[in-house]
Parts: sequence; structure tokens; C-alpha cells
Amino acid sequence: MPPTPCSLCHTARALVKRPKTGQQVCKDCFFEVFETEVHNTIVEGQGIFSRGERVAIGASGGKDSTVLAHVLSVLNKRYDYGLDLYLLSIDEGITGYRDDSLETVKQNQVEYGLPLKILSYSELYGWTMDKIVEQVGRRNNCTFCGVFRRQALDRGAAQLGVDHIVTGHNADDIAETVLMNIMRGDIARLGRCTAVTTQSEDTIKRSKPFKYAYEKEIVMYAYFKKLTYFSTECIYSPDAYRGHARVFLKDLEAIRPSAIIDIIHSGESFVLEQSVQKGMKAMQTCLRCGYISSNDLCKACALLEGLEAGLDRSALRQTQDSGTAAPEGYRTIPKYERYGSYSQPAAPTEGIEKAVQAIEIR
Amino acid sequence: MSTISDDIVTSSNGLGYTSASATHPETMVKPPAAPSTGEDTIEIRLEFGGGLHLLFSSKPKHAIRLPRFVPGSSSAQPTNMRYLVKWMKENLLSEREEMFGDGDGVRPGILVLVNDADWELEGELEYELRDRDEIVFISTLHGG
Repeated sequence: MPPTPCSLCHTARALVKRPKTGQQVCKDCFFEVFETEVHNTIVEGQGIFSRGERVAIGASGGKDSTVLAHVLSVLNKRYDYGLDLYLLSIDEGITGYRDDSLETVKQNQVEYGLPLKILSYSELYGWTMDKIVEQVGRRNNCTFCGVFRRQALDRGAAQLGVDHIVTGHNADDIAETVLMNIMRGDIARLGRCTAVTTQSEDTIKRSKPFKYAYEKEIVMYAYFKKLTYFSTECIYSPDAYRGHARVFLKDLEAIRPSAIIDIIHSGESFVLEQSVQKGMKAMQTCLRCGYISSNDLCKACALLEGLEAGLDRSALRQTQDSGTAAPEGYRTIPKYERYGSYSQPAAPTEGIEKAVQAIEIR
Repeated sequence: MSTISDDIVTSSNGLGYTSASATHPETMVKPPAAPSTGEDTIEIRLEFGGGLHLLFSSKPKHAIRLPRFVPGSSSAQPTNMRYLVKWMKENLLSEREEMFGDGDGVRPGILVLVNDADWELEGELEYELRDRDEIVFISTLHGG
């Protein structure tokens, strides 16, 4: 086959076939269109950023967050967004998995010149995932990890005093989530999972600048730019439900590449009737730790109480309406305050709180 | 279109592994039953990214020799990607074939580059291999 010329500049040799459009583009034009599309996602409508914002990039060391850190650094300079960027990593305490990828994040810190903060489950909850799996087994540990990670990101961001968390969720991830929410009948999540930015009262704003970026292009971008990332699979049971959705989506993409963007569009088109919205539970704050919750106790506090009580799988069925105070001797999660630990003068504290406060921006 | 410099310098391979995580990163393995060098064979360099090397004896780079024409083909069919993928499944894959192959080809979600070009631009399985071609396989199936 003779080399195909780029369909944009018509001079250089095409190296990428874009899944979204079928366009055949050369390396430089690929970088240009990829970055410009992310910029368009960022500035569309009101725009997701405001000038002077402090923004934490949720960084795992994997391809998506690494490419996000790179592209945001480039765009912040090129379009003068005026953002203060940080890297925020969560150490779940998984030996042989997260310790390796955190090394990658530390390298990214040097390459991009961004301050890095690492917050660990063990500092925050007193438990590592290794210890949790030892107690609850491999079947349900993803529930713990997911609930704990979400809160840990918010708490890490609160300690950094940032206004905004961005994550590397890409178009494929969002299409998978749409499918999963449909299959589970989770109307509430279906309604919000396609939003570029989500914010509820008392939580830190979260955005997904890669909402329309195909995984294939993210991987190609990382490869052509020779970015440093770490690719590995969690050593504990993979999220099997998502895994099936993922394989299904990849099969659809192979037949019709626009399937991914089409599914996102379907998700965006669902609108909940007011009467349905009213029927949903109102949000409150957790009576024990102050984190946003739809019950008296937030999921993390309920799960932690189960772990402390030595309950294994029953921790998952825990009703989230236990008393405000944790039973005597149980570890608890420090009080969640938006800018609390960031601005408060250091007070003598004990145990986990002390550890959390001692974390510095590295 | 202008090239935009972004002042970020990395020294990585962009494939999601580091030499520390892969055993013998630079080792060139000899293929089992390698035909003798000469005009009848071609040399192909393979590299695996996105964690795929774990299926190939944890070695991210391999150099192999293949016959110039598909063995047993009646009308001298030049060796193509279809033959390479089949050859890899039979000779190089060390575990979990279903994580790599799908029918004659590779599993959806694995990107293939032929001399740095998306194989979708090169005819995919029909691409006819030339001596010293570099083929890169990158899995996108892992989490990010």
C-alpha cells in the first residue's frame, strides 16, 4: 500500500486513523486536533475553569491521567487559562500495583514541574487495601476501594485547598458507565454520569476534560509523545461488571467506531421528569465525619465500622443508620471540612488525624 | 500546520512499561525453530505496550525471523500480518491466548502499529511484511 497523505495538511504521511471521524492524519496534525478538541471541551459553554483556579489532577500513573497532566499543562500555557495545577494521587496500599505506579507519578511530577500530593488509605482510614482484602476476601473489595477512593480524592483536594478536581475519564469510560447504569436501572447516576462537570453543595467540583477523547487516541498520543506512564492491572479481583461492559463496547467499536460517542449522546439525552427527581433521596452530611451522604452515615463510615467490627461481607449490607458515635475503640475518619485542615492552625491531635495533617505537598 | 513546542521533555518509550517492571527488556529472543538466515526469511521486530508483554514471557521486545512466503501457500503468498499473528499465537504467546487473539486477528482494544503507523491505514491483516519491519502491539484494555 502506498503511504496515505494526511487529510488535513495533505503533505505529511498519515499515521493515525481517527476513530471518531475516520480522518487519516499525520502525527503533528493528530496532536493539534486532539489537543484542540480537549480545549473545546474545556471552554464550551461557560467553560469548566475560571481564571486563577487551583486544580488538582487525579493522577494514578496510568495512561489517561498522565496524558491529562501533559495536555492540561500544554493548554494552560498555550491558551493562558491561568490555572494552578497540582497532581493528587491516592495510595490504596496495594503492594506490587500502586507502589509501582506511584513511582511513575513521582516521575511525572518532575517532568511537568507540578506539585504532587499523595494521600494514602492507611493514613486516612487506618486500613490498606492489602489488609482489607485479607479480611473481606477478593469478591467485594472493589466496593471498599471505590467508596474510599472517591472520598480520599475529595479530602486530599480539601487539604490542598483546591477548587476543582479533574480526572482522566475518557469517552470509552463514560460510554461504559452509561451502559452499566442502564443495565442496573440506576436512573440517578445515568442522569449525571455524562456531565463534563459535576458539583453538589459542599463537594469539590469535578470535571472530565477527556469526555469526548477516545481511548485509542489517548494511547496513540502517549505513544507518539513518549510519555511516562505505567500500565498494569489491579492484582485484586477486577471490576467484573465493568469488564463485561468494556469488552462489549470494544466489540461495538470494532464494527462501528462512532458507537462510543453515540452511547454518550444517548446518555446525555436522558432527562429525568421532575416527579422522578423529587422521589429521590435528598443529600445530607454524614453525622459522623461530615462528608456528603444520602444517609445518616456515609458509605465510607459504614464500611469502616464494618471493618473495625470484624464483619466481613456483612459490612456491605450494613444499614447506614447506626448511631452518630462510633463504638468505643473503633478507628474513625477525620471530620471532613472543605478548607478545614488547610487553613486551621495546627492543633495537637492524635492518631489518624495527626498523620493526615502531617502530609505535605511533595 | 505548525508544530507547537510544549517544552516538556520525557525520556520514556510511551508504552506504559519501565525496564524495571519487565524482565530482560532488551533481550532479543530467538524464535523456536528459527529458519536459517538468508533470502528466504525476513526479520521482524516486535514490541508490546500497555501491559501486553506480560503475555509474552514478560519481554517487551522480541526480534523474530519469519519465512518470506507463507509456508504451504500454493501461489507464493508473501508473509502478511495474518500469518504473523498466527505465528505469534503458536510460537511466542506464553499465556492466556484469549487476551491477545480473536479469530484470525487480535482482540478488539489492542492497537497495532506498523512502522509507527496505525495498521488500520496499512490494510490490517492483509499488510505484507517486509524485512526489518517494526510492529508494535498496545493493549488499551487495562484501566488508566
